[in-house]
Amino acid sequence: MVIRTLVLAYVLAVAAPIAAEADERSNAQAQVDFGIAVAQRGLWREAIYRWKRASELDPSYAPAWNNLGIAYENKGAFDKARDAYETALDLEPNNLDIQQNYDLFREINDRVTSDR
Amino acid sequence: MTALQVIASLVAVTAVSGCTNLLYEIPVETPLEPKLDVSGFQRILIAGFVVGGTEDVDANLETARLLKSQLRTNSDLDVIDAEVIELLTVAEEQAGFVAPRGGSGRDREISVIDDLETTEADPENLDAEPADTQLSEEDLEAYEQIFADASYWRQLGEEYQNPLIVTGTIHFAPYERSGMVSREREVYDSFGRRQVAPVRAYQERRGYVLSPKFIFIDGGTGATLYTEQHREEILYDARQNTPALSSYFELMDRLLPSFLGTLSSESIRGTRILIR
Repeated sequence: MVIRTLVLAYVLAVAAPIAAEADERSNAQAQVDFGIAVAQRGLWREAIYRWKRASELDPSYAPAWNNLGIAYENKGAFDKARDAYETALDLEPNNLDIQQNYDLFREINDRVTSDR
Repeated sequence: MTALQVIASLVAVTAVSGCTNLLYEIPVETPLEPKLDVSGFQRILIAGFVVGGTEDVDANLETARLLKSQLRTNSDLDVIDAEVIELLTVAEEQAGFVAPRGGSGRDREISVIDDLETTEADPENLDAEPADTQLSEEDLEAYEQIFADASYWRQLGEEYQNPLIVTGTIHFAPYERSGMVSREREVYDSFGRRQVAPVRAYQERRGYVLSPKFIFIDGGTGATLYTEQHREEILYDARQNTPALSSYFELMDRLLPSFLGTLSSESIRGTRILIR
């Protein structure tokens, strides 16, 4: 009985909000997955749409912002790419993959801003 | 199972499911817009350059030849096949003066000490070089007034139906840098095992430094539209005998993408990591 009560309390206090969050996250993840699949086929415009949607569904989902940064970079939209990467890094400051993408982007961006 | 164990396992499942990232490497091609809007031009004229430095390479002729061939394959502009102008002579005639050549002695040989461990470069070596008539980078500055002479460029532009004119200065000179360098050396211990140990040794290195300044002029108005400056150097072991022309091409190769990026869009290929 005690165990049942504890589990119920856990579900209500922790798992329920997590489940709601998880629902948003899983919807966002589905958009991210689709975006990855189309980006791998070179359909970057569709990928941008999917990753923007994912970032709206779950603004705290760093991969959506990271991928959006890559897509914008690939389109030459440097300001948008920087914003997206920086949002991703704000959300996951210790993520080395995002950091690496951002560093590579900055290398190009610095060259562009110094030349032009 | 205790109540605590149940909760702990639930938390653990929640945490693990939230932390798994899948990574996908993807090739990207970042487009870069041209630095200069050349939509108003159909033709391009590589006029010629004011050159200084070593006379082992005819930097005026070689640069014009190289840029023309690169533009023919990498630009939509029609490259005008015209004789290269001896701009140095033109500049001297126009200004009615002969600027000091080799006055600064800067090109004769430049010795740079790599770090504090290095012994001082022998000043006698500098003195041993014969006085030459080569123009130093500073000397070239005296000739730059020709680029501001709009009427000269407008007149030249008229001859070729108002093209985009490429001109500027090229300085290509020998360069020497001696100092301590690190290299790896194979050593064998008492058991015959091979090891690689870093060894620092004094090394004399010689090479070249290339400093071009490209100036883009509107052949219709004679006005300067854009200027870009580069500096590239290359060093070899002093025992290696590398021809000046080969070094020149090696250095030009490094800065050609930037030059071409002024006139036409380019793209940079790389890879990024998509995260799920």
